[in-house]
Amino acid sequence: MKVAFLGATKGMGRALARRLAARGDNLFLLGRDLEDLARSAHDLEVRGGFATGSIGNTSCDLERPETFSRALDLAQATMGGLDMVVVTAGLFATQAELEADIGLARRLLTVNFANTVTFCEEARRRLLAKAGGTLCVFSSVAGERGRKPVVLYGAAKAGLSRYLEGLDHKFRAQGLRTICVKPGFVKTGMTEGLKPPPFSGEADAVAAAVVRAIDRGTPIVYAPGIWRVIMFVIRLLPRFVMRKIGF
Amino acid sequence: MATIAGWGRAPTVSAREIRSENLERIVDGLHLSRGLGRSYGDSSLPAPGDGEVVSTTLADRILEFDPETGVMRAESGLSLETLYRLFLPRGWFTPVTPGTQFVTLGGMVASDVHGKNHHSAGTFGAHVRELKLRVADGRVVTCSPTVESALFRATLGGMGLTGHILEVTFQLEHVPSPWIWSESERVPNIDAFIERLKVAGPDWPMTVGWIDCLSKGANMGRGILYKGRWATAAEAPKHPPRPKRRITVPFDFPRFVLGPFSIRTFNTLMFWKHGARARRGIVHPETYFYPLDMFRRWNRMYGRAGLAQHQCVLPQEAGPGAARRFLEVLVRHGGASFLCVIKDCGAEGIGTLSWPRPGISIALDIAVREQTQALIDALNEVVIKEGGRIYMTKDAFTRPEHFRAMEPRLAEFQRVRKLWDPEGRFRSAQSVRLLGDRQRVSAGEPGSPELGARGTGTLSGSRTR
Repeated sequence: MKVAFLGATKGMGRALARRLAARGDNLFLLGRDLEDLARSAHDLEVRGGFATGSIGNTSCDLERPETFSRALDLAQATMGGLDMVVVTAGLFATQAELEADIGLARRLLTVNFANTVTFCEEARRRLLAKAGGTLCVFSSVAGERGRKPVVLYGAAKAGLSRYLEGLDHKFRAQGLRTICVKPGFVKTGMTEGLKPPPFSGEADAVAAAVVRAIDRGTPIVYAPGIWRVIMFVIRLLPRFVMRKIGF
Repeated sequence: MATIAGWGRAPTVSAREIRSENLERIVDGLHLSRGLGRSYGDSSLPAPGDGEVVSTTLADRILEFDPETGVMRAESGLSLETLYRLFLPRGWFTPVTPGTQFVTLGGMVASDVHGKNHHSAGTFGAHVRELKLRVADGRVVTCSPTVESALFRATLGGMGLTGHILEVTFQLEHVPSPWIWSESERVPNIDAFIERLKVAGPDWPMTVGWIDCLSKGANMGRGILYKGRWATAAEAPKHPPRPKRRITVPFDFPRFVLGPFSIRTFNTLMFWKHGARARRGIVHPETYFYPLDMFRRWNRMYGRAGLAQHQCVLPQEAGPGAARRFLEVLVRHGGASFLCVIKDCGAEGIGTLSWPRPGISIALDIAVREQTQALIDALNEVVIKEGGRIYMTKDAFTRPEHFRAMEPRLAEFQRVRKLWDPEGRFRSAQSVRLLGDRQRVSAGEPGSPELGARGTGTLSGSRTR
């Protein structure tokens, strides 16, 4: 599979890219920091047993939508095709940080919703032009309900999840498989410094679940799996209960 | 703040581990890095009052591997487990491995680890080509046996006290198959043990012995000698070794589980189960190198008070009787060690404080009790008398005056540290205890190490899980 990957240098993206490389997928890395991308490309080459220099990379920044089109074109041209686009990149900040800094809040909302959707639109066009493919995007369980600890972050992820759902409904028949990954709390560099709640997961376990979903075309993946049950309950809670609890 | 500890779980310290994929960015201003926390004592714990320590485990990228030469460059948080899983099937393995695969490259350098092949391959440091460190003034320095060699040598076995280790370049060993050919035999006593280790050395790249440390008199130091080498392609099974299943020890065992009676029973069974005849055959590499890794969190078997390891090397010059004299003191103090491992060491490494030297190494696992401090003191007095030294990676109990008496090399180590770190930024709980490094606040304030069985016999401090 020929995969353009935005966000493979860190956290769950790193773990997923390693699993894809290990099974022989052809990767092309997109991201902000070229030096960091090159280091991850070497790592994936060695782990996957590829020749040095066989995993390409180019700069693509979710804060700069003008970089999207060129980066995806280059990925497609370098690999000689495109079967899948993965997006694990995004911004994260705590609710307290976002409330204190309106500029940061605006940035996060723009990157995690508007720009991510714009990137997906660019990816969707290219995949549909080649009779389909897979678009795998990391959203979050934070978008399932309006919740006190993730009001702003969750709002952006809720929008992203809805967009991916709509995309899946509209284009699956034309061969575009949209996979929306909703990780629960996962111990990565992103959540470093936060106290892990019960049922927190490891990046590699999430990656394993996502690889399964990619193979099967599962439209929604909760990872770790227990979060499917947790969020089912949370979705059923009446509004007055949600207002009381701190979750 | 969470409680962190070494593998021995004594002492513990309230501190936070700072993690990031980008090591170079986070190490700024912090006094110590740690990897997977498999050193037993306090060497990977922040000094009292520091409260924060870098965890390297997310920095685990392989940056270069040359399949022609076997030279690899990787970030320091790469674990041996990953290396084993990825590279043994391709015919490559680390030239030196400690007794667990849950260690990082950075930790292997900081401890200058050794393995069953020390007599033939030396320490891990002998295979390190280059290190990238972030030193005290914030610079990133590349050092090697030829470039900034004093810093390089001080870092091998330097317990992370010379700087944050960012990258390690080292040589992998090409192996003929992923399987081990092993031979084992019973040995009647300690003197025979030392003789047989010596005889086996030239023929076998890997040797190690298990000792029944409760046996006395003529049987003192009886045990089993294990000799091994990589199996040839012709001997080895055609299929690759399958990953071993792992069991997690679910909770802290109560004290009696590892009491003298159960240890005596275990030791006797272990000795007699082997049978008088030598055994030989193909062994799974994990069974051979990492038998204890099959039990995740096996340190819980030693109960809440924790586990103390004592590992010393008794030098060749002390003569073959030194090991017997050491065991006599152990037995006299009733020091029941669940596992007692003996190994002959080869030539000293180039690390300034690299631990092994030619002689006999004895490693003991001791459940922490009220008398543990007295036992360690007594053992250390023998070590000093015989001219030996202890392995800092295992230590939580040695007194600073004892350590100084064992380590004439300390002055040179401190000289190089001073050169690169004049303000004494790098420190650990261990370096404050053993090397007299300055600490930020006096002991007893939050963040100072708390020892289980020393003093009150209870584990104080909050245990946040």
